[in-house]
Amino acid sequence: MKKLFLLGLILSFCCVQPTLAATPKDTLVMASKIDDIITLDPAEIFEFSGAEYAANTYDRLINYDVDNVSDIYGGIAESWEISEDGLTFTFKIRQGVTFASGNKLTADDVVFSLRRVIILDKSPAFILTQFGFTPENVEQTITKVDDYTVKVVIDKPYAPTFLLYCLTSTAGSVVDMKEVMAHETDGDLGYNWLKTAYAGSGPYMLKTWKPSEILNLEANPNYWNEPAKLKRVIIRHINESANQRLLLEKGDIDMARNLRPDDLKGLEGNKDVKVRKKAKGAIWYLGLNQKNEYLSKPQVRQALKYLIDYQGMEQTILNGKATIHQAFLPKGFLGALEETPFTLDVDKAKALLKEAGLENGFSVTMDTRNNEPTTSMALSIQSTFAQAGIKLEIIPGEGKQTLTKYRARNHDIYIGRWGPDYMDPHTNADTFARNPDNSDDAKSKPLAWRNAWDIPEMTKKADAAVLEKDTKKRAEMYLELQREHQQVSPFVIMFQDIEILAERANVEGFILGPSFDSNFYQYTTK
Amino acid sequence: MLQMLTRRRLLKATRQTLKLLVIVSTTFFGLLLITFLIGRVVPIDPVLAVVGDKASPEVYEKARLAMGLHLPLWQQFLIYINNVLHGDLGVSVLTAKPVTEDIRRVFPATIELAVTATCIGVLVGIPLGVFSAVKRDSFLDHVTRVIGLLGYSLPIFWLGLMALMVFYAQLDWLPGPGRVDVFYEDIVEPVTGIMIVDCIIAREWEIMRNAIWHVILPASLLGYYSMAYLSRMTRSFMIEQLRQEYILTARVKGVTEWKVIWVHALGNCAIPLITVVALSFGGLLEGSVLTETVFAWPGLGLYLTNSLLNADMNAVLGATIVVGSIFLGVNLLSDFLYKVADPRAR
Repeated sequence: MKKLFLLGLILSFCCVQPTLAATPKDTLVMASKIDDIITLDPAEIFEFSGAEYAANTYDRLINYDVDNVSDIYGGIAESWEISEDGLTFTFKIRQGVTFASGNKLTADDVVFSLRRVIILDKSPAFILTQFGFTPENVEQTITKVDDYTVKVVIDKPYAPTFLLYCLTSTAGSVVDMKEVMAHETDGDLGYNWLKTAYAGSGPYMLKTWKPSEILNLEANPNYWNEPAKLKRVIIRHINESANQRLLLEKGDIDMARNLRPDDLKGLEGNKDVKVRKKAKGAIWYLGLNQKNEYLSKPQVRQALKYLIDYQGMEQTILNGKATIHQAFLPKGFLGALEETPFTLDVDKAKALLKEAGLENGFSVTMDTRNNEPTTSMALSIQSTFAQAGIKLEIIPGEGKQTLTKYRARNHDIYIGRWGPDYMDPHTNADTFARNPDNSDDAKSKPLAWRNAWDIPEMTKKADAAVLEKDTKKRAEMYLELQREHQQVSPFVIMFQDIEILAERANVEGFILGPSFDSNFYQYTTK
Repeated sequence: MLQMLTRRRLLKATRQTLKLLVIVSTTFFGLLLITFLIGRVVPIDPVLAVVGDKASPEVYEKARLAMGLHLPLWQQFLIYINNVLHGDLGVSVLTAKPVTEDIRRVFPATIELAVTATCIGVLVGIPLGVFSAVKRDSFLDHVTRVIGLLGYSLPIFWLGLMALMVFYAQLDWLPGPGRVDVFYEDIVEPVTGIMIVDCIIAREWEIMRNAIWHVILPASLLGYYSMAYLSRMTRSFMIEQLRQEYILTARVKGVTEWKVIWVHALGNCAIPLITVVALSFGGLLEGSVLTETVFAWPGLGLYLTNSLLNADMNAVLGATIVVGSIFLGVNLLSDFLYKVADPRAR
């Protein structure tokens, strides 16, 4: 029996042979967290990974330069004219574009795609409906002039770049009308089909999607522009940073997208791997609920801004994954304020607390997502708050759980991360500096509402800024708005995200943009 | 007289079956009620999972109505039961597909893993248990005990990461996470859903080898836990049996020691071992949640983890019901086998 056992052991070792590392030459294999993808329909996509998918498989009406966001250029809309009153946009549609299906792209597809976003009215629909489009009026406001011209009429004379930037977002993607309508059921405009399927014209097309498992893309043979350099892109969902690193070191993948600082550190000195960084638009902040008697005091709000160890966190916990930033517009946006007036200054904070009559401190809670780096950041904040006698109780919770509480305004302090929805400054001004109605049943519930911050005056200023046509003047208005906001708001804005990717040394040309919908695969080689 | 007897037997059988049905349906109802309540009690807004954080109030309200969340709880529960009985577990938020379809897709991967793990557990655990019972307090017995103890107490995700570190990263003997190497994905058409079988059908020998190779590490790890349990149980059953008089009789009769141990004694342990194996198989389904997460193994466990982390309640409830039902089924099966194997239990 013993012999048999030994034999079995030897046999099982015989099956084991060394691995044949290295991925196929024509394929980019990437490990990433893609479990946030809940739909593949550009009219519904609103998640980071989903936006990146759409950016590589669909063409949008307008694009921007990833290194200089203020440089807007034509995508499917080759050029445009704006009427004198600023209300009518006439877009010339690029000729000679075909969808992956082989259908020709015309003005009909563009009109259909835009109307579809508004009629379906999914999460990202507001990016277009904020211009006054409704399911009832789209027949009049978004129209075809001829086969290659589209006219769009908006409700107010906003800064012209506002609409153009909104059309650079995923909601501005053009879908193949014939293909989508061929799959329509019960008047759903093909929604139930496109949720898991593909009808675009981008450099890559969808081969298969297994949710939370794998996203498999193939070069689109009918692509109208320079064809994608690699034939296939495989994105494998790997949740664990340590696993991503292992696979990368072994050469079983070409790129790892979600490495934690400690794993990145472990890669230092590895000649087979290189690391690249790009500042992204998301910002880290604390939201101070104004329903809390302590937090509603202006001196307390100010004091807390002096009780954050910005430098310490940047260097240790975040270690390259974020940079200090203290205004609501991220660097790279029009009118972004780069001044960082706050540093850890316990004496100043104590003086401010004394002024508020709270020299003995107070107790307060903070709802914290139980992931990294949020938890470590919360611990750092807890210790610096304590130096001024503020007892911070951390309430850990799963992401959606803390968010549910935050949205119901049941928190004291919330530590969060906010990503812009499109590249126009209004996207963050709209949520951090506008609160048209602070009542519990308000129609719109921006972040200022969630923190019960009633600001009729500032709301007016933000509204004026989005209507300003002169770009330079508009930038000035946002700068001024942020300077005021920085001092008085119940938002302790701390950092701006940096995306870090690690790739094998032979991988070149992967474009990292300032937003997830501007990370492009098509020029990647290896 | 004979007729009377058969009738009585028939009556008894019917009564037993009815009793069983009542037990099964109550358990199943309890399972449904508890999973449903947990899904509603957690302080997570299910609408949020569908529309995301940035949806407008109108979009939010529309989704809430569509999900029936404005109805009273008991009404929601009735609708839910009705749907489940019709085989409809709802639509998963994460995959945009019916939960039943998702489970059908991911479950074979778990079966593949759990069956391989059970085989490893049985083939290694039982002989180890027998050895340590026969050579009590020997070196082998102590080693087995330590192995068993470690199996009980080490967290599986840690052991999984360590195993990857050693066998994949350092020694390069075994492949990394995943069911096959990434670039082999999506080549074989899923027929049964069990990768190795599908490869045989499609005659993709290269991929089959890759798949076998990939299953070794997670299955061994998962199998280790059932092995630890099985070897401990086998040991104590065997010690109990070896003390019996029939063993002495057999030895006196001159039966070879090998036969005494492996046929007579182990044969009598078979009955309780059936229950233990069945229970450990159920346990493996549970253990697969963490193993699959560590090894990026696309089965029910990973599906459950992902759904949980994304507050995809339909999927969580669906997967829980499936795992619960299987537990129930495996228990029934072991009861049945027990009766077949042991006339006293009839």
